[in-house]
Amino acid sequence: MTGYFLQAFIYLVAAVVAVPVAKKLGLGSVLGYLIAGLLIGPVLGLVGSETETIQHFAEFGVVIMLFLVGLELEPRALWNMKHKLLGLGGLQVGITTVVVMGGAMALGQIWSIALTIGLIFALSSTAIVLQTFQEKGLQKTEGGQSAFSVLLFQDIAVIFMLALIPLLALPELVSNSQEGTGEGHSGAAHFLSSLPGWAYGLVVIGAVVLVVAAGHYLSRPLFRFVASSGLRETFTATALMLVIGIAALMSLVGLSPALGTFLAGVVLANSEFRHELESAVEPFKGLLLGLFFITVGAGINVSVLQENAWIVAGATLGVIVVKAVLLAGIGQLFGIRGSDRWLVTLSLAQAGEFGFVLVNYAVQNHVLPTPTAQILSLVVAFSMFLTPGLFILFDTVILPRYTKSRNQQQADVPDEAGTVVIAGIGRFGQIVNRLLVANGLTTVVLDVRTEQVELMRRINTKAYFGDASKPDILHTAGIEQASMMVIAIDNRETTVDMVKYIKHTYPHIKILARAFDRGHSYRLKYVGADYTVSETYHSALEMGAEALRESGFHPFQVEQQKTAYHNIERKQADSLYEAWLDDTSGKRVDKNYLKLFMQLEEQIGQAMQRDRVDGHSRSRGWTPPPKGYADNPSQEGNEINKAAK
Amino acid sequence: MPDNVNQRVLVLFAHPSQARSEVNMPLYMDACRVPGVTAVDLYSEYPTFNIDIDKEQQRLLEHDVVLFQFPLYWYSTPSILKEWQDLVLEYGFAYGHDGHALKDKLFLCALSAGGQADAYQTDGYNHFTIRQLLQPLEQMANLTGMRYLPPLALFGSRTAKEEDRISRHRSRYKRLLEALVAGNIDYAIAASLPKINQYWPDSQEDC
Repeated sequence: MTGYFLQAFIYLVAAVVAVPVAKKLGLGSVLGYLIAGLLIGPVLGLVGSETETIQHFAEFGVVIMLFLVGLELEPRALWNMKHKLLGLGGLQVGITTVVVMGGAMALGQIWSIALTIGLIFALSSTAIVLQTFQEKGLQKTEGGQSAFSVLLFQDIAVIFMLALIPLLALPELVSNSQEGTGEGHSGAAHFLSSLPGWAYGLVVIGAVVLVVAAGHYLSRPLFRFVASSGLRETFTATALMLVIGIAALMSLVGLSPALGTFLAGVVLANSEFRHELESAVEPFKGLLLGLFFITVGAGINVSVLQENAWIVAGATLGVIVVKAVLLAGIGQLFGIRGSDRWLVTLSLAQAGEFGFVLVNYAVQNHVLPTPTAQILSLVVAFSMFLTPGLFILFDTVILPRYTKSRNQQQADVPDEAGTVVIAGIGRFGQIVNRLLVANGLTTVVLDVRTEQVELMRRINTKAYFGDASKPDILHTAGIEQASMMVIAIDNRETTVDMVKYIKHTYPHIKILARAFDRGHSYRLKYVGADYTVSETYHSALEMGAEALRESGFHPFQVEQQKTAYHNIERKQADSLYEAWLDDTSGKRVDKNYLKLFMQLEEQIGQAMQRDRVDGHSRSRGWTPPPKGYADNPSQEGNEINKAAK
Repeated sequence: MPDNVNQRVLVLFAHPSQARSEVNMPLYMDACRVPGVTAVDLYSEYPTFNIDIDKEQQRLLEHDVVLFQFPLYWYSTPSILKEWQDLVLEYGFAYGHDGHALKDKLFLCALSAGGQADAYQTDGYNHFTIRQLLQPLEQMANLTGMRYLPPLALFGSRTAKEEDRISRHRSRYKRLLEALVAGNIDYAIAASLPKINQYWPDSQEDC
């Protein structure tokens, strides 16, 4: 137990120290983790033996990551990607495999080993690339989207690779070790090998159908049930249960767990619980992915490296160059231009974490001899090591060359309005939302009441279950991309806290907050709200106007009185707010404030009476000239005209 | 004759349907960019027609030239300009006893009309020239002591874009605004024209 704690502590210390330093130096968190792993592993020798076990565990980080990626992608978005997915991804995997295989055969490998090496290097690192894209905000660019389609295709292709590799088994390696199929995938292999081919197919299809159907029909009642308990940790547990369950099911039938959870994510992308789910599993993703990168660093086998330093270095550079050239060519073929093509080229030129999986799997299945596998693992690891460097190259050399011309091009295009996050979809928020959506604005609506969210969904209003006062929920709801936030929740204190937090963390976001009353409105303004309105103010004004109309006032005059009332309110609101700010008693309602308030009342009274008491001379509006003026108008007009000429 | 250079020009722009505007929006954007011109989008500033009388009167006091820019609606201005007149040009400010605030300022209109130029003739189907139709505004200028200039007009505005006539009109408008700012328009000559388009002979052809 003590040893366990000690190891965990060492890993965490390495991460805590290395990652912030790496980010400060502009290297990105991935390189930070890799360096941390290098330090505690090969350099200091603090960890080592358990790396492989931890690596299996940490690969779960990739699984969670693909679940999150899936959550971001609606089925329709996935369908829209199909050409890039199949075309770009298919060509990349196919051509890279063939070219690398050819290279390996030219270096004297037999065809089956060469093919396996080709397959291993056809893959890129989903973990590094997506993590870096997210940190740099590149997901939505054309290059980012294209790279993502390629990665997705690779993850699908892994399934077929895992099926293909056992067929390449070398007779001499099989006879060398007959003791078993190894661990890892053996459970699945045993279970499935007892089935005939058609039954295996059915089981695989059944598993996929199960994930999709359960995600579609069972997840909602389950989440609703859990959410009604109001316990956040239960929700987190449910989310983890879901991801782990799917991963287990997929491993059992021999599919990629990452692909299974990705599918589940896509199915749940439309769910009202999406943002809550994201924020529940995201911390796990971050930690486990970090762990994964550390293990890659820690897993460097120093003795093998020393013996084969030149081979490893040459192969690593060779792989990166070959992949980059192929990617650039394929990108060109698909009409990806400029900085986007560079992004695709540089971001996908490394080998990936599934490379490790394939290497181990190939050894287990007697396809690769162990010495070759050790060298291949090193090449995979080092190519991943160099990826952050390629991203830095992209950032510092490539991007500056393109941003200048792009800015000039887009000078006349107005900035696209960001999304509007609306907290609270009750009687107030839904009217705001309806008006915005009807006018083509993108809104993200959050509410903590599952019944309300469900009701909104039933009337085709897209709403999500989630507590908007929680920073992580706001984060997954995309507050970084938002330009505006409307707060219409019923808790007064929470509203104040939210305004304070959002204004502090995202100063550029306009906050429109609904206040309970005047005092609440001032407090909201004080903590940074850009616009506040008391929830009853405008409807009360309408109701008052209706009462005037009912009492026999002319409708047009009623509108004028209403406008006059509103104008005075608006003008006086500022001085009242100043008085409220000045109040030192802490009660915010001192004598000065009360006096001002009564002045306001008086002014409104005067404005309402004005027309009736003092004739037209001081009143404003559609007033005729004084009586008698019209008796001699032409004379006066002529006088002026004469003077003008 | 010009009083002095660097006249301050106030453009009061009224267009209730800006999303559909093909002629007036570009002109308004141009006006915003001419130094010495204050361009005000009335429908944007007073979307509920709740005109701030004090503010508008203050604006008038601060400028030497007042220009209404609008698309012609029923042989007159869009309603907010009428509302602006009704409220801002008060007795005692713009006319009547002690109402001399606008005295000697220049006043003119820049308008677009859907009908073709030949419709705005005595024998055309609109029966009156554009200067005749704008007589209420001319008399408003007279009564308030302003010096009236004939309008800058673009006819056939619904097809101006297709016929590629907008850019020429824009440069004409820009030239007019710059001349107003510089104060180098010969008032006697300009005031006698049916349209100020003809003040610069080379731009007479299409209007």
